[in-house]
Amino acid sequence: MPVKILIPTPLRSFVGGASEVNVEGPTVGAALRSLVEQHGQLKKHLYAEDGKLRSFVNVYVNDEDVRYLSQGDTKLAETDVVSIVPSVAGGAGPPTTRPAATPATATPLPLSAEEIRRYSRHLIMPEVGLQGQVKLKQASVLLIGAGGLGSPLSLYLAAAGVGRIGIVDFDVVDESNLQRQIIHGTSDVGRPKLESARARLREVNPLITIETYETRLTSENAIELFRTYDVVADGTDNFPTRYLVNDACVLTGKPNVYGSIFRFEGQASVFATEGGPCYRCLYPEPPPAGLVPSCAEGGVLGVLPGIVGTIQAAEVIKLILGVGNPLIGRLLLFDALAMTFRTLKLRKDPRCPVCGPDATIRKPIDYEAFCGIEPELLNGAGELELGPAELKSMMDRREDFVLLDVREPQEWDISRLPGATLIPLSRLPYALGELSTADPIVAYCRSGIRSRKALQILQDNGFRKLRNLTGGINGWAETVDPSVPRY
Amino acid sequence: MIRVPKGVVEEIRAQGAGSYPEECCGALVGRAGEGFKSVVGTRPFLNRNPDSRERRYYVGPDAYREAEAWARAQGLDVVGIYHSHPDHPARPSEFDREHAWPWYSYVILSVEKGTPSSMTSWVLADERDRFDPEELECP
Repeated sequence: MPVKILIPTPLRSFVGGASEVNVEGPTVGAALRSLVEQHGQLKKHLYAEDGKLRSFVNVYVNDEDVRYLSQGDTKLAETDVVSIVPSVAGGAGPPTTRPAATPATATPLPLSAEEIRRYSRHLIMPEVGLQGQVKLKQASVLLIGAGGLGSPLSLYLAAAGVGRIGIVDFDVVDESNLQRQIIHGTSDVGRPKLESARARLREVNPLITIETYETRLTSENAIELFRTYDVVADGTDNFPTRYLVNDACVLTGKPNVYGSIFRFEGQASVFATEGGPCYRCLYPEPPPAGLVPSCAEGGVLGVLPGIVGTIQAAEVIKLILGVGNPLIGRLLLFDALAMTFRTLKLRKDPRCPVCGPDATIRKPIDYEAFCGIEPELLNGAGELELGPAELKSMMDRREDFVLLDVREPQEWDISRLPGATLIPLSRLPYALGELSTADPIVAYCRSGIRSRKALQILQDNGFRKLRNLTGGINGWAETVDPSVPRY
Repeated sequence: MIRVPKGVVEEIRAQGAGSYPEECCGALVGRAGEGFKSVVGTRPFLNRNPDSRERRYYVGPDAYREAEAWARAQGLDVVGIYHSHPDHPARPSEFDREHAWPWYSYVILSVEKGTPSSMTSWVLADERDRFDPEELECP
């Protein structure tokens, strides 16, 4: 009577690479003897010199360890499958104790006793249960960004027992992140975000696998990376990456669990599912470069990514479990000031260039160019740059120029340069009358980006004697006057 | 040759430091080709040795089956086992050899006074009489 024996990976090279071998034998013992007769090299790995199975060789019939059956005398029926299952042992020192016998547990469950204890509040819910928890364990989720949204996302997904979590990020922890990026702590400042995230997640749940990719997500690496995950969650803070994540999700067929935040408001949705709309169906074109400020420029309420990232985590878990109504075809809008949630219906755009029937985008494109971030900004931008030290000596020489601060009033309250005039960038186009084309103007902002945009506006309106303070007031604080607070 | 990405090395080192003075252990999950293995991630095991966990690790077949099923579900394989040697060099002991499976890569991390130090990889010779060192690449 033929019986099938499943061969574990480490022994396959001794049976010609096969994962299973058919042998004859009425009992487990006889079947194994017939296996080593056919494949002689297996013998020394399975049996010790005294002719007994080695201590680390375990034999199962179907899902039962034969230790709890009749050992080698366990009878076999034709449909039975015999598996050779390794246990692993080793260690550095002298043998003070023998390795333990396998604990006498009941039928092996797909979750260990430890996992059952850990996830018990899931297991007792009918919507999750053992089956759902196993789904979570077998699932893999890729998180783009270990920042404001990535913090709650990764913490909750790890705690929930998602078996494999990948994180893409290349940033280091900055003091200004700590107000909202709760996966990182004060002692992590200066450390790569992935390192500190990994350490924290390991502490939250040591039973899962965490994969980290310390790299920028690019058109070159996105597709390959996304392929090995079930779900992608977007926690990015910029438009080029957001479009890249969307397109790569559509192209690889992975759901894109999207979230975004600004000041007091957040959005969430689930894009790129089969038949559902994608991010491009909602926003075919990015906003003009510079119109929508990033968190670094516009600020964000620290708790906001906590709320939106947690919504994303809930959506990811629902997708994995296959329960409830995910935010497919719906855009959730959250306003923390009004404390309201609204949902807008979204439709799939039949003309969508990536998910429509006549899609023209077949692979990731150049997203920086698509979002207008190429340096079309300003003629001879390099020549307009003015270093902080240079500005300092201009001030010391009492040169005649207008020092223009284009930040917002609340930033002005934090720090300012002596003799500066405040005209926020948003008001500048309407305040040109307050400036004279005759005066040399040095513009500054927090980091030197918005002031460049200000110079563009001025240049377009006939101003010529323009300079931009490189690195903004933070650069000034760093190199000229450390008493000015950096933010 | 076995390739273990830097992130995975860091994970193993963190586990080795975290479990000190006890030994940590886990499955290396990845892909294998002819004379070549590439690790994608780890599946940590709880050290189930009833005592002397500073000198010994033991992982039962159920935990192994779970790790294997998990790897298979992702189209991967268990390609090796890692464990730490607290305050002991990163080379296999006699006990390691006696309990070793062929083909697997045995990655050993030495942890000195709680701080992870050297990491090596070994493969059992077919004769079971020795471990051969294996080239460990950490891109």
